[in-house]
Amino acid sequence: MSAPPPRPRAATAPQPIELRPPAERVSRRDFLRRTTQGATALAAITLLPRDLLHVPQIFSREDFELRHFVEMSPEEVTERVAYLEKLYRERFHNDQITIATIPAQDGVLWGYALNIGKCVGCRRCVKACVGENNQSRDPQIEWIRVLEMEKGSMDLEKSNHYYEHERVPDPDHYYMPVQCQQCENPPCVKVCPTQATWQEKDGIVVVDYNWCIGCRFCLAACPYWARRFNWTSPTYHEGGINPDMHYLGNRPRFKGTMEKCTFCIQRSRAGRYTACVEACPVGARKFGNLLDPESEIRKLIATKRVFRLKEELGTHPKFFYFFD
Amino acid sequence: MKVLTFLAASIRIALTGSRRYYAWLLALLSITAVGFYYYLYQLRYGLFVTGLRDQVVWGSYIANFTFLVGVAAAAVMIVIPAYLYGYKDFKPVTLLGEMLASSALIMCIIYVMCDMGRPDRAWHLLPFIGRPNFPSSLLTWDVLVLCGYLFINMFIPGYMLYSRYHHREPNKKILLPFTYLSIPWAVSIHTVTAFIYCGMVSRPIWNTALMAPRFLATAFAAGPALIIIVVQIVRRYTPYGSPGDKFEIPDATLFRIANIVLVAMLISLFFTACEIFTVFYSASSHQAPLEYLYFGLHGHGILRPYIWLALMAMVIATILLMVPRTRKNLVTLNAACILLFAGIWTEKGMGLILPAFIPSPLGEVAEYWPSNPEVVISISIWALGALIFTMLAKIAIQIEVGGTTHPEEGHH
Repeated sequence: MSAPPPRPRAATAPQPIELRPPAERVSRRDFLRRTTQGATALAAITLLPRDLLHVPQIFSREDFELRHFVEMSPEEVTERVAYLEKLYRERFHNDQITIATIPAQDGVLWGYALNIGKCVGCRRCVKACVGENNQSRDPQIEWIRVLEMEKGSMDLEKSNHYYEHERVPDPDHYYMPVQCQQCENPPCVKVCPTQATWQEKDGIVVVDYNWCIGCRFCLAACPYWARRFNWTSPTYHEGGINPDMHYLGNRPRFKGTMEKCTFCIQRSRAGRYTACVEACPVGARKFGNLLDPESEIRKLIATKRVFRLKEELGTHPKFFYFFD
Repeated sequence: MKVLTFLAASIRIALTGSRRYYAWLLALLSITAVGFYYYLYQLRYGLFVTGLRDQVVWGSYIANFTFLVGVAAAAVMIVIPAYLYGYKDFKPVTLLGEMLASSALIMCIIYVMCDMGRPDRAWHLLPFIGRPNFPSSLLTWDVLVLCGYLFINMFIPGYMLYSRYHHREPNKKILLPFTYLSIPWAVSIHTVTAFIYCGMVSRPIWNTALMAPRFLATAFAAGPALIIIVVQIVRRYTPYGSPGDKFEIPDATLFRIANIVLVAMLISLFFTACEIFTVFYSASSHQAPLEYLYFGLHGHGILRPYIWLALMAMVIATILLMVPRTRKNLVTLNAACILLFAGIWTEKGMGLILPAFIPSPLGEVAEYWPSNPEVVISISIWALGALIFTMLAKIAIQIEVGGTTHPEEGHH
């Protein structure tokens, strides 16, 4: 994390309020004194801790929602989406912002394949993902982690997450990007105490950012370290927000809640490739419908040497690594 | 109505006392207030102000939570001898044990709330109004068993004191079922807490069936050790448990509790040895976290000195408890209890939680150290726990020993 935690601003000192007793009648003086004392106490309460207690600062208004997404009626969803769209259009000065709620289609189960023989470790997928999914820039949140692996070893402990080379690929290493593996048996969903994260019919594991309590049980349970927590309020590039949003995907997130890769739900459900697939300069990334026998991904799985990360854990990832 | 007068009297008792009592309350309250200020700071800026990050997601709060669940469960080690084996001299200790359990449980709940990113949404965990992921998520089980155990441990002493306050004999048919229920329930709270950790395939060091037994063994050592210390403090500053009192707690009773501590401690050390052998001999994927803990990994090893100190403290405490002469001497017994308590707090707190995150599932070694706000908040919750225990004990002692009863009913 780059920036040190922000320091609390010095609480505004309570302004001295003079208790100047009026000279006239006693009863009135008592009355006034009591009022002034009350006012002083009130002023002290409002002045002193305002910096910390100001509720909209602790919890922003947009994340106040009493219903879980799947419990909302279509009318409630429409109403909520309209409210959020208006709010975000004003905040980000962008009239193009729309928040889709496209549901999963029948007969679709998304799968992903990545050619580690081709990957050059350029991290363009990471950059594309950050822009597409409105990931926080301070602190930096990235859903894709590219590991620089030692040749001749699959040991993740020998991998380097923070490699910096003039040119990639480095001849002594190979590269293995890791992101949410969209498990068929996702441990994160199993452990979530409030059903705030769940698997959609098309296999995508999503989070209701308005329902997550931020216990981070899912982050501890994920064997692929694919989930990210908003340790503080996210910040975005000025003017860099992606206006094509999905309610369960790349809409702005909140402090204290979880987020993760959704196979670019706002794109995939609209019939487009994910941002990382489009950004890959060497065509190492493949994406498609596992239920369609004619799809590219099915053919790859059938013809290439395929493996899945930590397959022995029984999580059944729908993210396949392959090499030619 | 009678319950209300009892509650009002209890609050009155808890809020009145000697100068020393007020000074003690004020001291604890000040520490709590500082912690509360830092908690507001944490709410405002998020958990970013802690030392936690995506690599190490749980730290000081969850470590203290885990340890305190054990302290709460340990009350059962007093209840079992008192009610199943009929050790009469244990009965006055049960009251303190139950109040200690209640205080520890309240601390547990506060620690969990402090660890939450969104405490304002804690109600999502509750049945009917929220959407608890029951029975799949162990955390929902934990909410259930912790609340249940808190209720039992508030109800039993509460009902006894209520009866005494209103000049009645407590109904054994109400009291005994709850007392017996508290025994398996105590085991359940620590088992469920252990299952939270050992059910995760992502963290090999936790993914062992030894977790729950080890939790119970350490709990049954640390909890009664704390009770031994607390009994002596109560005996010294209040009439409760003093020689000649109806509720006398003689030294002999403390030595008997020390026997329980010793057995639990030996089992616990045995479990630690089993774990160390299995992990290091087989040199499996479990090894890296324990290697980090005991020897350091890739030049990182903040915990190394602490875990060795903790192990040493536990071994010294065990020896002190094993030798009859040092066990039956209050000075050496207290030394053993303090060493053991600190040792288990380290081993089972940070020593259990942190290595699971180091290295991360993708092999990254990122260390954690609690930030200042986190340390202040953690300490202040201990102060708050002491405050709660003090007030609960004050109420109990005033009614049981001080003879504070309902003023009018008393004349009959």
